[in-house]
Amino acid sequence: MTSSPQMATVSPVPSIASAEEGLRLLRAMKLIRAFEEQVRNLSAAGVIPGLVHLCAGQEAVAVGVCSLLRADDMIASNHRGHGHCLAKGGDVGRLLAEIMGRRTGYGLGRGGSLHIFDAANGNLGTTGIVGGGIPLATGAALSAKRQARGQVTAAFFGDGALNQGLLFEVMNMAAIWRLPVLFVCENNGFGEFTAIEDVTAGADPLARGQAFGIPSETVDGMDVLAVRMAAQTAIERAREGNGPSFLVCKTYRYGGHHAGDKQDYKDAEEAKAWRLKDPIERLSRLLKESGLASEAAIAALTQEIDREVRAVVDLAKVTPLPADDDFEAHLYA
Amino acid sequence: MPSPHTITYRAAVLEALFGEMRRDGSVILMGEDIGAAGGVFKQTEGLFAEFGSERVIDTPISESGVFGIAVGAAMTGQRPVFEVMFGDFITLIMDQLVNQAAKINYMSAGQFRVPLVVRTAVGVGGNLGPQHSQSLHAWPVHIPGLKVVMPATPADAKGLMAAAIRDDNPVVFFEDRMLYNLREAVPEGVHVVPIGSATVKREGRDVTIIAVSRMVHTALAAADLLAKEDISAEVVDPRSLMPLDVETLVASVKKTSRAIVVDGGYRQYGITGEIAATVAEHAFDWLDAPVLRIGGANVPIPFSKTLEPLVLPDAQRLARDATALVRGQR
Repeated sequence: MTSSPQMATVSPVPSIASAEEGLRLLRAMKLIRAFEEQVRNLSAAGVIPGLVHLCAGQEAVAVGVCSLLRADDMIASNHRGHGHCLAKGGDVGRLLAEIMGRRTGYGLGRGGSLHIFDAANGNLGTTGIVGGGIPLATGAALSAKRQARGQVTAAFFGDGALNQGLLFEVMNMAAIWRLPVLFVCENNGFGEFTAIEDVTAGADPLARGQAFGIPSETVDGMDVLAVRMAAQTAIERAREGNGPSFLVCKTYRYGGHHAGDKQDYKDAEEAKAWRLKDPIERLSRLLKESGLASEAAIAALTQEIDREVRAVVDLAKVTPLPADDDFEAHLYA
Repeated sequence: MPSPHTITYRAAVLEALFGEMRRDGSVILMGEDIGAAGGVFKQTEGLFAEFGSERVIDTPISESGVFGIAVGAAMTGQRPVFEVMFGDFITLIMDQLVNQAAKINYMSAGQFRVPLVVRTAVGVGGNLGPQHSQSLHAWPVHIPGLKVVMPATPADAKGLMAAAIRDDNPVVFFEDRMLYNLREAVPEGVHVVPIGSATVKREGRDVTIIAVSRMVHTALAAADLLAKEDISAEVVDPRSLMPLDVETLVASVKKTSRAIVVDGGYRQYGITGEIAATVAEHAFDWLDAPVLRIGGANVPIPFSKTLEPLVLPDAQRLARDATALVRGQR
C-alpha cells in the first residue's frame, strides 16, 4: 500500500482487438484529459465558481471500465467524476455547462461538478460525500437483479472511501445478495491531502473485498488495457449472476485534491515517475509500435479533440445562467 | 366508499402494505427481521409468505448501508419501503436521507426520482429507555425535499401508508408503537389519504388544540375534560408535517382565537415551535392569547417506571393549561 508506481501487479499482457478499438479508447482518454485541462483553466480564471476536482492521470480507469458497459448499465461516480461522466457517454457541453453553473447543464446548474446526474446514460451521479455513490450503485444493482435484463453497475470511488464504514456495509450486502456490481477503487495514493498509508490499516486494500468473499484484484490503473481485462472478467461475473467484484486500480492524480491545491505534500520524484506511466502516452505508443495507428493519425485525433472541447467552452460561456424560476424547480417530484 | 371494518393500527398499516404490494410489483420492503420473523412488532406478518424473500428483504443490521441501497433502488425503478425498527435509529441513515434522498430530484433536475418510504416506530412507553423511545420527526421535517407524515388513527395510518408508497418523493412515516393495538373503523379495500391534508377530529369554539400522532388521543381526552368545564375545544390533527396543511390549521385558529400545539417529540426546537409560529404569522389578528406550546420534556427519556411517565403531557395537564389559556390566566 504505497503510491510507488513500481507496485503494479503483473498480469497477462492485454492486447487490442483492432485499430478502431484502440483509437476509440485513446479518443475517450484524450477527451477527458483535454476537458479537465479546460476546466482547470476556467477555474483559475474564475469562470467556474467553487471547487473542482480533476482526474487527469486517472483516465484509464474510467475509460477501461465504461468502454465495456452497455448503455443501460449504470455507474455511480464520486467527487472526481468528470472522467466517469464522459466515459459513460455524457454530453461534453451539458457537463461543462453544469460545472459552470449554467441552466443548460444536467441539473440546471444547481448541482455543479459534485452533482452531475445523467439518467439517459445510466449515470447515478457524482457526489460530494466520500463513498456516497457506493450504495447508490449497489441499489441500482438490486434493481438490475430484480429486472433480470442482465444489467450491471459500477461504483467508482477513491482510496479515501476505503475507510468509510458504508463501503463495508454495502460490500457485505452485495456479497450476500450476489448483486451485479463492480466496486472500482481508484487508488491514487491520496485522500485529499493525506497519503493513504498514513491513514489506512492493513497491508493491502484488497483485503477489504476479500473479507466479504468478493473476488478482488489489483489492477494497473495507468494501463487502459489492463483495466479492461480485469473489468471484463468482473462484468461477466456480474452478468452471469455471480455477484460483485472489487478492483483496486493503482493510479495517480496529476493535479491536487482540487484545482488550485498547491500540492506541497507530494514528492516531486514520485510525481515524475508516475508521469512516465501516463495512460495516454502508453496507449499511443502501443498503437504506433503495433502499427495500428500512425503518428499523424494520433496527432490529428488530438487536434480534433482540442477543437471540439474549445468549441464547447466557447458555447458554454454564452449559455444562460439559471433564472429565478429554476430556484425551487424539482424540489419535489 | 368501501365499508369500514374494525382493526388495529398495526393491521391497518399492514393492509396498506398488502394492497400496494399486490397493486404494484415494484414495491419492496427492506428491514431487520421483517421477513420470516414478521417484524419485531408483528407489523409485517404474512407479507413474507405472500411475496417471498425477493420483495420482503431481511437485511443485516446495517441501517446506513441498507438505506443507501434503498435509495439507489428507488432511483432505478423500485419503490422501497425501508423500515427503521426504532425511530431513534434514523440517526443512522441521516447522511443518506439528508444528503442523497432529499436532494437527488432537485440536483438532477428531475432526471432521477426517489420514491421511497422510511417507516419507523416511535414513542415513549414500555420502559425502553433513552435510545428506544424518542420521536425524532423534527429531524427530517427540517430538510427540504422530504415529506413527513405521522398518522394518529388506524384509518389514517392505512391511507397515509398507501399515499406514501404512491408518492414519487421520499416520505418518512412515523408510527407510534403505543398506538399499534388501537382498534378503530378502517375502510376496507383501497384507501388513500392525501399527504398534506389535516383533519378536524373534534369541533369546538373556544380553543384549538393542534396535536399529532399519539397526542391526538391525549388532546381528545383533554377535550372531554374541558367540556365538563364548559370549555369547547377543537382538536385538529395535521397528519402530515411536510407539507403542512396550513389552511385548515389557520381556519380553526381564526374560529377559536386560541391555539395550543401538542407534540410528543422534544419541545426544544421542535415542531410545536414551527407550527405555533406559522399559526401566529397567519392568524395574529385573530388571536386572543399567545400560542401555547406543549412538547415532550427536554431530557433523554428515562427508563425507570417513576420517571418515564413524566416525559409526555397527559390529558389532565393539557386540560389544565387549556383552561388557563381560555380564562386569560396565562
